[in-house]
Amino acid sequence: MSKEIRLKTPIKTEDIIDLQAGDRILLSGIIYTARDTAHKRIVASMEKGETLPFELQGAVVYYAGPAPAPPGKPIGSIGPTTSYRMDAYAPKLIENGLKMMIGKGSRNQAVKDAIIEHQAVYCAAWGGAGALLASRVVSADCIAYEELGPEAVYQLEVKDFPVMVVNDIYGHDAYEQQGGDR
Amino acid sequence: MRSIQYTQIVEALAKACIKANIIASCDLLEAYQDSIDNDSQNGAKAILKDLLLNAEVAKENNMPICQDTGTAVVFLELGQEIQVEGGYLVDAINEGVRQGYRDGYLRKSIVSHPLERKNTGDNTPAVIHTEIVPGDSFRITVAPKGGGSENMSRLSMLTPAVGWEGFKSFLINAIREAGPNPCPPVVVGACLGGNFESCALEAKKCLLRPIGERNSDPEIAAYEEELLEEINKLNIGPQGFGGDTTAFDVHLSFLPCHIACLPAAINLNCHVARHQSFCL
Ligand code: SF4
Repeated sequence: MSKEIRLKTPIKTEDIIDLQAGDRILLSGIIYTARDTAHKRIVASMEKGETLPFELQGAVVYYAGPAPAPPGKPIGSIGPTTSYRMDAYAPKLIENGLKMMIGKGSRNQAVKDAIIEHQAVYCAAWGGAGALLASRVVSADCIAYEELGPEAVYQLEVKDFPVMVVNDIYGHDAYEQQGGDR
Repeated sequence: MRSIQYTQIVEALAKACIKANIIASCDLLEAYQDSIDNDSQNGAKAILKDLLLNAEVAKENNMPICQDTGTAVVFLELGQEIQVEGGYLVDAINEGVRQGYRDGYLRKSIVSHPLERKNTGDNTPAVIHTEIVPGDSFRITVAPKGGGSENMSRLSMLTPAVGWEGFKSFLINAIREAGPNPCPPVVVGACLGGNFESCALEAKKCLLRPIGERNSDPEIAAYEEELLEEINKLNIGPQGFGGDTTAFDVHLSFLPCHIACLPAAINLNCHVARHQSFCL
């Protein structure tokens, strides 16, 4: 049976062990946005041994590029982007301590294997629900690659940010369990 | 001749870009509600309720429904007796997009070069399709188009021998392979016939029809119903987690084509199906 869980960042291995595909999570704490180009740069920095924009250990990365903040709001609409474009980079980040990824759509086998091997989790947020998700963001700061505009890295403080577990450490996939004929 | 000022076009288009991205149309709101009422799976209903809530929050907070406020695709139905004064029409369209995306706090998602990928910073250039029509009317439609669903769209030059069944399996396969990526429930625009470019354009134009409106040709309308039923049996469901609501609707067109050809195009739209029209 899927359950609803409240989690706080940073994410610990004990948190991950509890999670099963289909579980709904309300996440609170600090998460970081990163899309294609930010991933490319982060992995390049790792290879050169440079300091990264944020600490990877226990981190949550959200595949998202927000709309600009309207007056009086911390951020504009901020729903997930399609995750498969980050598949090439994700295993490297997971090996180095990344604990949770949030996006939409299926991952490749290499990412699923890394999730199992290094005890991480992949979650989905609802694609196209950017306004609703923005209402769960308390504050936002651009912390790296500002010149990339929506593709920059933002540090977000979130409260009760709703996601669902897709790939757990037990090899389950919520898209396969519930998606039926695909 | 009837004259229209450059500035009129800029102002009206800027407003339309903002409205299209922030206010969900009535047909879309009805589609959310109908599927909440009718989907047989509870998980699907729960997701659809969140999507409807999202549209309400967007309106309340004056914020785009989805952060991907898209490529600004602009359709012009320009009366041949219209004269634009004060500047070039294409500049007016791009200026309208620039102002709308700036003033509406919409996301700028266009890069100037496909490989270097530097953001243009103002969401221009728009993609503009112009049709010259009789008389002195001027109708403009802006249809912001997100990348996730655009990426799952397909064009194929089928062999005439494959016929309707061949087209149907091409379409169903494309939707099955797209799975959760185009943010289902999707709206499907499809065209069979025409040539390479007219087929793709017609599929896109199909997305401008309101959800629930059938093709005026009863034969094509019946085909639309057949496709919608098949698609909703795939059990992809809202966000790809299962359910009876994989598509809100299918809009199909047929076009005349060459004796050797059977082009087929599918343009997928996500549940954030946006378009705003106005006349000047
Ligand atoms: S596919 Fe549509 S709903 Fe999904 S992220 Fe893109 S624009 Fe938004």
